[in-house]
Amino acid sequence: MIQLSHIEKTYASPAGPVHALKGIDLTIDTGEIYGIIGLSGAGKSTLIRCINLLERPTAGQVLIDGQDMLALSEKELREARKDIGMIFQHFNLLSSATVYDNVAFPLRLAGRKEADIRAKVESLLELVGLANKAQQYPSQLSGGQKQRVGIARALASEPKILLCDEATSALDPQTTKAILELIRDINQKMHLTVVIITHEMGVIKEICNKVAVIANGVIAEQGSVLDVFMHPQQDITKEFVSVVLSNDLPAAFRQVEILPEPAPDTSLLLRLTFIGENADEPVIADTIKKFPELAISILFGDVNEIQNVPFGRLIIGISGEQARIDEALQYLGSRDLQKEVIGYVRQPA
Amino acid sequence: MSASLLDLLLPALGQTIYMVVVSMLVATLIGVPLGVLLHTTGKGQILENAALNKSVGAVVNAIRSIPFIILMVAIIPLTRLLVGTAIGTTAAMVPLVIAAVPFIGRQVETSLKEVPYGLVEAAESMGATPLQIIWHVLLPESRASIVAQLTTVIISLVGESAMAGAIGGGGLGDLAIRYGYQRFRPDVMLATVVVLIVLVQLVQFAGNRLAKSLDKK
Repeated sequence: MIQLSHIEKTYASPAGPVHALKGIDLTIDTGEIYGIIGLSGAGKSTLIRCINLLERPTAGQVLIDGQDMLALSEKELREARKDIGMIFQHFNLLSSATVYDNVAFPLRLAGRKEADIRAKVESLLELVGLANKAQQYPSQLSGGQKQRVGIARALASEPKILLCDEATSALDPQTTKAILELIRDINQKMHLTVVIITHEMGVIKEICNKVAVIANGVIAEQGSVLDVFMHPQQDITKEFVSVVLSNDLPAAFRQVEILPEPAPDTSLLLRLTFIGENADEPVIADTIKKFPELAISILFGDVNEIQNVPFGRLIIGISGEQARIDEALQYLGSRDLQKEVIGYVRQPA
Repeated sequence: MSASLLDLLLPALGQTIYMVVVSMLVATLIGVPLGVLLHTTGKGQILENAALNKSVGAVVNAIRSIPFIILMVAIIPLTRLLVGTAIGTTAAMVPLVIAAVPFIGRQVETSLKEVPYGLVEAAESMGATPLQIIWHVLLPESRASIVAQLTTVIISLVGESAMAGAIGGGGLGDLAIRYGYQRFRPDVMLATVVVLIVLVQLVQFAGNRLAKSLDKK
């Protein structure tokens, strides 16, 4: 378990002190894949470096499995770091060493025997799918292959935690997906705690269980990925979520005026969200049966998955007598779903 | 080429090579660690130490600003102390080493600066000690660049060793001055110049080849 409490980091700069982190509290449970998302300059890279103390926080506490990292001597810290693997945006491989020697590097630092190293490196290269590239140099590899070497190297010392600093930001979407799958596999096989720093909401959606949104050196919002995606509270979170789950209205509605109050000859636009099992319930059919005099039409719909939980979104239009529309709204409110009134449009739905 | 010219050239060439090789070896043994010190004690580096960095840097700059011909004469007492005499090929190597060490230090520092800091950070994240980072990251990653820089130093040593002829150091420079210039033997002068050109070309060629074979980027 990683516990960060009241983490602050201030840098001196020619323009005066820069307050990069302003009191971060974060708890990451063992075995989780925890995503930290923020825009560049939000302080997320500084934050992840405060976990293995590549950056020492100016104030606050870093506990890993109960051990106070800031109280360790240099020597003890070096030992503790062997339990924390790290991968980087630009891979940071030794260009003068082969793939094999790169993966062997942390083992040689630890003074392990060559025979042990060979066995370990071979099994790691097998794991990341690069067994046939052992004698190549990093410059001969693609970006995705380089990151696989980075992952193998990070795992060599059998860490309990894997820190990923923008690990897929330099990769194309397909390679990103493959690398994320590999990270998820490792997380499950080795019961590794994974901390991921990213500016891409797609990465969070793909593999994280928990997410924290960081902005201006503070955590704006945190929670399970499903919760944060379904009920984003802060504007910054809504913006991130909208990148992967667009909340834009379908093109046909962007041109028309949306009124906040009903007027004659308008129909109600309603956004409905179904999560998990209740995505299967025939809510719309029930509503149509119950309110046969209302005209209900489905204008937009999609189905997505977050963390293997399906959720569907619908935009429906309802027109008819206003009193009945209000009753229908109440009825929908009683069902297990989220509804949001978008407004009223002056066109038959 | 007459036998007498060869008899003059070969021993002189031998003395030049002897002076350059030995002083280069000694200077490299001191200069590379000096370059590592200059780099790693710099701002934001693994052994950051502003006081040490500034004072060593000042000494390096001071020695580098003395023209070789003056340095050679100025340190005669030191030379005498170290090798027992201020005259001869061995004595000439003392100023050669002293001139080359700060030169190599700065060149190696420049090479080490080219190593991306991310590599150092990655090694730190694996629990590497500063010494391990120097030995396993900084030096191997900059080896091609260091070889290229050292090649430059060797070539400047060839030139300086010629000046060392002035204090009886022997070698090709000495030959050119005593025979070519003072005894009016243009054939000796020309032959010396040709040998020096060939020597420098060979050093540069070998240095380039080695640097290229070490570069895996």
